[in-house]
Amino acid sequence: MKSSKKDFIAEAEELVEEAERLLIEIQETRTAGVNPDTINALFRAIHTVKGISGLFGFKDIADFSHAFESLLDDIRLGRAEVSEEVVRFLFSNNDVLKKVMEDIENGRDHDVSGHLQNIEAFRNAAKESGGSHKVEDILGQIDAAILKVLSEYEEHRLKTNIKEGKGIFLARAVFSLADFDKSLSELVSAIKSHGEQISTLPTSTDLPPDSIGFNILFGSGKSHEELKQALDLPVDELIKRKGEAAAVPSPSKMQESSIKSASTYVRVDIEKLDRILNTISELNLLRFATNRIAAEMMETFGHTPLVVDVFKISQSFERRISELKEQVLEIRMIPVGQIFSRLAQVIRRYSRETGKQIELTLYGEDTEIDKFLAEEIVDPLMHIVRNAIDHGIEAGEERKKAGKRETGAIILKAFQRGNHVVIEARDDGAGIDVERVKKKASEKGILIPEAELNNREILDFIFMPGFSTKAAVSEISGRGVGMDVVKEKLSSLGGFVDVETEKGKGTAFILTVPITLAILKALIVRIGAEKFAIPLTSLSESLLIDHKDVQTIEGKEVYNLRGEMLPIVSIASMFGLEGDVSERSYAVVVGYGERRLGLFVDELIGQHEVVIKSLGDYFKGLRGFAGAAEIGRHEVILVIDVESVIEESLSRQRAMRHV
Amino acid sequence: MPNILVVEDSPTMRQLISFAMKRIPNARVIEATDGVDALKKLSSEKVDLILADINMPVMDGLKLVSLVKNNQSYKDIPVIIITTEGAREDKERALAIGANAYLAKPIQTQELIKLVTSFISA
Repeated sequence: MKSSKKDFIAEAEELVEEAERLLIEIQETRTAGVNPDTINALFRAIHTVKGISGLFGFKDIADFSHAFESLLDDIRLGRAEVSEEVVRFLFSNNDVLKKVMEDIENGRDHDVSGHLQNIEAFRNAAKESGGSHKVEDILGQIDAAILKVLSEYEEHRLKTNIKEGKGIFLARAVFSLADFDKSLSELVSAIKSHGEQISTLPTSTDLPPDSIGFNILFGSGKSHEELKQALDLPVDELIKRKGEAAAVPSPSKMQESSIKSASTYVRVDIEKLDRILNTISELNLLRFATNRIAAEMMETFGHTPLVVDVFKISQSFERRISELKEQVLEIRMIPVGQIFSRLAQVIRRYSRETGKQIELTLYGEDTEIDKFLAEEIVDPLMHIVRNAIDHGIEAGEERKKAGKRETGAIILKAFQRGNHVVIEARDDGAGIDVERVKKKASEKGILIPEAELNNREILDFIFMPGFSTKAAVSEISGRGVGMDVVKEKLSSLGGFVDVETEKGKGTAFILTVPITLAILKALIVRIGAEKFAIPLTSLSESLLIDHKDVQTIEGKEVYNLRGEMLPIVSIASMFGLEGDVSERSYAVVVGYGERRLGLFVDELIGQHEVVIKSLGDYFKGLRGFAGAAEIGRHEVILVIDVESVIEESLSRQRAMRHV
Repeated sequence: MPNILVVEDSPTMRQLISFAMKRIPNARVIEATDGVDALKKLSSEKVDLILADINMPVMDGLKLVSLVKNNQSYKDIPVIIITTEGAREDKERALAIGANAYLAKPIQTQELIKLVTSFISA
């Protein structure tokens, strides 16, 4: 062997070994999220193999490592996902590299053309499946305040425009109230000549009283500049046209620069982010103080320029703080896809263990959720999918008899609804047998046989501690957590779980959790001598009610709220506090539909942004509180856990009804 | 005398609703054909309650709710949204941005009158 060849083999072998070590690390950390640095290191190793093989004149290896490198580049730039399959394929290619090197060392012939084609085909497939940006992902670029007022159809049109590669723009116009209808229709027809008008959003904030603003959301294939000129109006570009999209650096350039720059990602401990959020909430307190000082100065000195200055500073202080807060919250967000891929693994494993074939479909993987919440709901979800495989989806034979496809289906779906993320786990199995649940509940003595319950109420029993309808505890789902734990977990996160089932058709568990727990707006209320915070997300309105208008029906106190009966609960009596004695009380309305409830409090103090802190292990068993929050200098108050209060009240009502 | 603003693009539906509203003692009905027309009426007339369809040309009911509920001078006006049966998502969106109540089509006149009365007499 020539010495140059020997040198090459020595270095290349080292690199391939290094690559193998990195691949093992990737495999091990894949479910928890691979460190981008690891992928980049692997990319660099193969890149070096390519470089030196070219240098030593081993064209085959150079060609092969070039293809291999391109594949790694796709992964590194997020164009392909790091799935189990991809990792396996990377291993096999590294083995090819090893094999070719052995062949060279031993002077044997080798042919890499087949492997080159494999990589090419694999890259194309991977890009199609997961690499491309999805519409939902792109939608995230649009202000949530706009998205939430769009009708379903408008949202569909918006998505279609994005899919077609159109740019999405917002034209902002202000018209006088006297003739705005005419001006608006002129503007709309002008916009229609450039593209599709998707929605007209009126606004009256920050405008003179005799005028009205319209923001027109539209899609167009024209450039931002062109539109601004044509419409002669401020036009915001919300989403760029396809082709204009944030330029992906060309591969050749990346290869050069990437050798030096590892990656732009940093991994941050979530606790550090929590600390920043704490500091932000303290800054908020300072902001309140500035505001108060400004107000006092104004009373004493009037509107002097100095006082006005202080006011202005206080206001921009407020804006910056909320920007900062949003940015930090954004860092905490991860796509739901990360927990879906872990669930996918579990589903594959159980599908093998049970011998049931399962087809898994994922929707909305790009929906973002707070990292902490994502970790908290992964176990409940795991339990639900295990249940679905074990109890829900029937064995192949049984399914055939029922006229279903032999392969069972599980659909995991995530989407955002207001300030909440909804995650649905749906199966097309046998559904929950309501009669059996009822029978079981009576056997356990938790249901009075003559009680008249609707299906929904009966289904609620599956969330009771120690309730399981399958007689034998199975290998799969009989592992500790039950549905009661799922429910409790969701409630502790300020969310809730719902179940929909149809006999023979399947079951869906619908988990709703807030997008983030970290900072939330809360209504501060007083009950007797104590203050409490009620998260605004769970609150729909507040009322002032005369006690004489509260009636007692079937043992529960209700108030006629616009023709509907609103159950009333006094927080003071629930927590054993001494409330004010008066003829009228404020009622804070929480929950929706059947879970709606009015909570009596003595005084509404105001809104406040709070950082919820855990009560710690010592108070772990305490129900009714989500945590504590600081609202002023050294003033710490308890945050009411609305879901558990609703639960408590519902179960009391049931108990009353069954007596 | 409560002024009720009925916002509905279909002339038949609009007439039907207006007719029902006239059965409420002293009620005066103001009609609008879409969201923009409704804004026009809002700026020139005193309105005590808005009854609006969701699906309308030019500007739909969701946008109307969002404007009314974010405007200092209008935000206390109760808004009842009328939805097509089954359009659950739109209904939820309307409530989320501040609509006070909803009613699904086909509308039962009695139910509509009861709902409207509960708001204007409160």
